[in-house]
Amino acid sequence: MEHVSTAIAPVLDVARIREDFPLLQQAKVFGQPVVYFDNGATTQKPQIVLDTLEQYYKNYNSNVHRGVHQLSQQATEAYEQSRRTVAAYLNARHSHEIIFTKGTTDGINLVASSFGRKFLQAGDVVIISAMEHHSNIVPWQMICEEKGAELKVVPINERGELLMDEYRRMLDERVKIVSVTYVSNTLGSINPVKEIIELAHARNIPVLLDAAQAVQHISIDVQALDPDFLAFSGHKIYGPTGIGVLYGKEEWLNKMPPYQGGGDMIKTVTFAKTIYNELPYKFEAGTPHMAGAIGLEAAIKYLQQVGLDNIRHYEEQLQAYALQSLEQVEGLRFIGQAAHRAGAISFLVDEIHPYDLGELLDKQGIAVRTGHHCTEPLMDLFKIPGTVRASLSFYNTFEEVDKLVAGVKRAAAMLR
Amino acid sequence: MTINEKQDELIADFSLMEEWMDKYEYIIQLGKELPLIDAQYKTDDNLIKGCQSRVWLHTELKDGKLYFTGDSDAVITKGLISLMIAALSGHTPKDIATSDIYFIDAIGLSSHLSPTRSNGLLSMLKQMKMYAVAYMAKLNN
Repeated sequence: MEHVSTAIAPVLDVARIREDFPLLQQAKVFGQPVVYFDNGATTQKPQIVLDTLEQYYKNYNSNVHRGVHQLSQQATEAYEQSRRTVAAYLNARHSHEIIFTKGTTDGINLVASSFGRKFLQAGDVVIISAMEHHSNIVPWQMICEEKGAELKVVPINERGELLMDEYRRMLDERVKIVSVTYVSNTLGSINPVKEIIELAHARNIPVLLDAAQAVQHISIDVQALDPDFLAFSGHKIYGPTGIGVLYGKEEWLNKMPPYQGGGDMIKTVTFAKTIYNELPYKFEAGTPHMAGAIGLEAAIKYLQQVGLDNIRHYEEQLQAYALQSLEQVEGLRFIGQAAHRAGAISFLVDEIHPYDLGELLDKQGIAVRTGHHCTEPLMDLFKIPGTVRASLSFYNTFEEVDKLVAGVKRAAAMLR
Repeated sequence: MTINEKQDELIADFSLMEEWMDKYEYIIQLGKELPLIDAQYKTDDNLIKGCQSRVWLHTELKDGKLYFTGDSDAVITKGLISLMIAALSGHTPKDIATSDIYFIDAIGLSSHLSPTRSNGLLSMLKQMKMYAVAYMAKLNN
């Protein structure tokens, strides 16, 4: 009954891997098989994830943590098993350090709101970086405004790398939390998060990592890396939409008030207290996304089967080839040229509007993203309206990169 | 030529091209021929909201007829402005305000353009009609 992946470690047979993804086999765009390079926005789903969702709804759909009946227990067991799988994937100490959320945005909002309410005061500082997605800017702006705290931004160089000396200088006793992205969704830069965390921890400052663009490319060990919080989205790691994960260290999560439901209510409602006071349920108010969590587990197991190190190895080769091939296009310039990178490749050609380029790529069956990628301050920094972004996955092929390059050339010739 | 005759002509032009890349080639060509807005009118007031790219539109009344000029930072968008201007420019405010614009659907633009671009096109049409309605009111006073 269960679909077994045809991918065999350690060799990455991309043709076989693509067979696991129905959309890659079926989807046609303007009569051509889709060349999908919008993986930074969302990834396609392997058959095993689709099968798992279907089996859940067909065979044991039931509300978790509530019923005495068999189905509810089965659903609860599957939901909690997913939590354990995620915990193992990140090498968390405890599975109750895994909070299921709606996605990365939800996870960051949870920390900003809950941590902020408890630990931020007027005059305090929150540090983010210049390359953050809006979802790691706005929640902090909101809580800073409420608390009279200040939001400080670590600058970057023209290659899209954080200025670590500036970061060091910014760390003082006013800083209460650092929240930065592991991998930039626009520039593809991999930030030196280990160093960022060590420097903050030397001053007892906790760090949140936005791992939305990292967790599908790089193997993460939260005990070795030691972030205090880490958030990611299921749909960007080949799982369902609407499910996400917030990892938080037990000691922090225990100190933080619930995000939804409200702390005041817990004091007066005895029954609520028993539910919310315990990790991880304290942060999972309401019926959770059971199917999503179970589907996410299937996606993670699939990745583990293919092997994240194999994925990383192949994606690095593909990325090097893509960078090298795109560089040959006349008038093309990369936005973001960090030494260490993963996922996204942003570029512009001459003065051509990224929107025009993206639209003509679409008509050739090539899916890329155009615009500011929810990083408007970053676009302002580069003084551009946006970029064309091709974001790679391990199911993309070298031939697809060739199609992208040919597509860009053709579109650019038309638009010049 | 009436607005409808112009629309039918545009539909006929586009029907000659089978490939969407060819249609785009044509739209881009039209963009390059767009009657450009005078620099003094390229202001925030003349910016149309609802486009991923920026669009400016200016209207002038001459001998009872409305003439449009425009510009955009994106070439395909310029082509779309050019299409709208080809259909609507040089007609009375009343004809423009009461016109039934069917060529966008007939060409297949609304289903083939990206949704944001398609919304932008509708914003543009709405804006042109609003200008026409405003001039109608002005002329009646």
